Amino acid sequence: MKRRFLTVGAAAVAVAFGLTGCGAPGSATSPGADASDAPAEGEGPYSLVVEESPEFEEGTTMAKLAEAGSMTIGTKFDQPLFGLRAPSGKPEGFDVAIGALIASKLGIPFDSIEWTETVSANREPFIQNGSVDAVVATYTINDKRKEVVDFAGPYYVAGQALMVLADDETITGPEDVRGQQVCSVAGSTPAATIEAEYGAVVVPTDVYSKCLDPLRNKQVVAVTTDNVILAGFVDQNEGEFKLVDGGATFTEEPYGIGIAKGDQAFRDFINDTLEEAYDDGTWARLFEATAGTVIENTPEPPAVDRY
Amino acid sequence: MNVIFDNIDTFLRGFGGTLTLLGLTTLFALPFGLLLAAMRVSPVASLRATSTVYVEVLRNTPLLLVFTFFSVIITYISGALPFQVAAVLALTIYTAPFFAEAIRSGINGVPVGQAEAARSIGMTFGQTLGLVILPQAVRSVVPPLINVIIALTKNTSVAGAFFIFELFNVGREVANANGNAVVAVFLGVAFFYLIITVPLGQLADHIERRVAVRR
Repeated sequence: MKRRFLTVGAAAVAVAFGLTGCGAPGSATSPGADASDAPAEGEGPYSLVVEESPEFEEGTTMAKLAEAGSMTIGTKFDQPLFGLRAPSGKPEGFDVAIGALIASKLGIPFDSIEWTETVSANREPFIQNGSVDAVVATYTINDKRKEVVDFAGPYYVAGQALMVLADDETITGPEDVRGQQVCSVAGSTPAATIEAEYGAVVVPTDVYSKCLDPLRNKQVVAVTTDNVILAGFVDQNEGEFKLVDGGATFTEEPYGIGIAKGDQAFRDFINDTLEEAYDDGTWARLFEATAGTVIENTPEPPAVDRY
Repeated sequence: MNVIFDNIDTFLRGFGGTLTLLGLTTLFALPFGLLLAAMRVSPVASLRATSTVYVEVLRNTPLLLVFTFFSVIITYISGALPFQVAAVLALTIYTAPFFAEAIRSGINGVPVGQAEAARSIGMTFGQTLGLVILPQAVRSVVPPLINVIIALTKNTSVAGAFFIFELFNVGREVANANGNAVVAVFLGVAFFYLIITVPLGQLADHIERRVAVRR
């Protein structure tokens, strides 16, 4: 009797895993379209006027960047409406527009900006070790982060909201999700808030778009994150989902621009740039071209916090 | 380092999640792997073929894809599975072939004469495998099996992207809330993984020394 062990040849099997495109979050649409208020005679995808050889004091970060003619900005690559990498390889969204705005005031055209992907866990180290000159990445200003980096801005105040199925009448506010399963991205501020303050059971994932199927299948009762992101999902999946209480927010997430700790001159420069953009309507134009495509009312720009 | 002690509850909860996945998956994948190995050395050609195809396909498919199938794709086919079930299922389906290969290598390590002798005195295939081959094989497969479990421990982190709270998610959660101590947070996460894997490695070494068959 002979045992035959290894006689079966390699069986080529085509595995029909049928990976259909898994509802990737939609892009923030083409920037630059539908701009209303401010004049848009500049160049690049956001029609920004690039300063010609701006003058800065010797030795400042601005002088260094202006002379180099390029800068590195960290942003998210997976956040619809704010920073989402387009097929071209360049990210697009409101964060990207704000980054481009700052660069333009330094005389750096859009094409000379190097975009680096920053995720929640590497924003501080990238700023601290100089891998990036600035981070514009839905970066909530808070005290712990202020210990290691400095923030210019805020340039936008988002707020946490809840998204539920369109026919769900049982949830009318964050108080109603106590003890129930709510999907969010692991390690995000909204996930921590809904768990700690409203007693929800967080079902964690890595990107928000993955929360949609569990919500459709009623494995979770709601999805929570910043209102702007949820608005994008509601917009993309017409009639399926809605925001609880018309999109009412229950937290304030001031998005700031992270820069190296102690670089006061650079921070003042960015704050001045932002305030100028608030006043001349550029800020509103950039917002409407990006996040404003799904958020109907363009908000008032937030007051810059020169702490 | 304070950041770890301040968030020790979160760390322990994630550690529990990882241990649960590890325990349940081992519980199901080990017998399944044994079955696959037995099929692969069986005298029945169709069983051998089935097992070989399964092992080769699953072993060579990225774990992320297997997870995507059980957590996302399956909802379009048969309705959703509970998150924990989907995760354990994905890990089991994926890990069983590795167990099977470790066991098969042990079986192949037993001299053919042993099986021939057993069959010649009238033992069935099942008796030959169960009473003669496996007791000898098991001595040499324990260390490689433990290696598979160590690999599995690390693979559980993939579940963090699929609705399961486990150690790697702890890192992301605590790091987000403590932007001033990101390095310490992830060192802490690594430490908790090492709590599981280093003793397993030591155990493998120990068993290898104790029961190694010298031929």
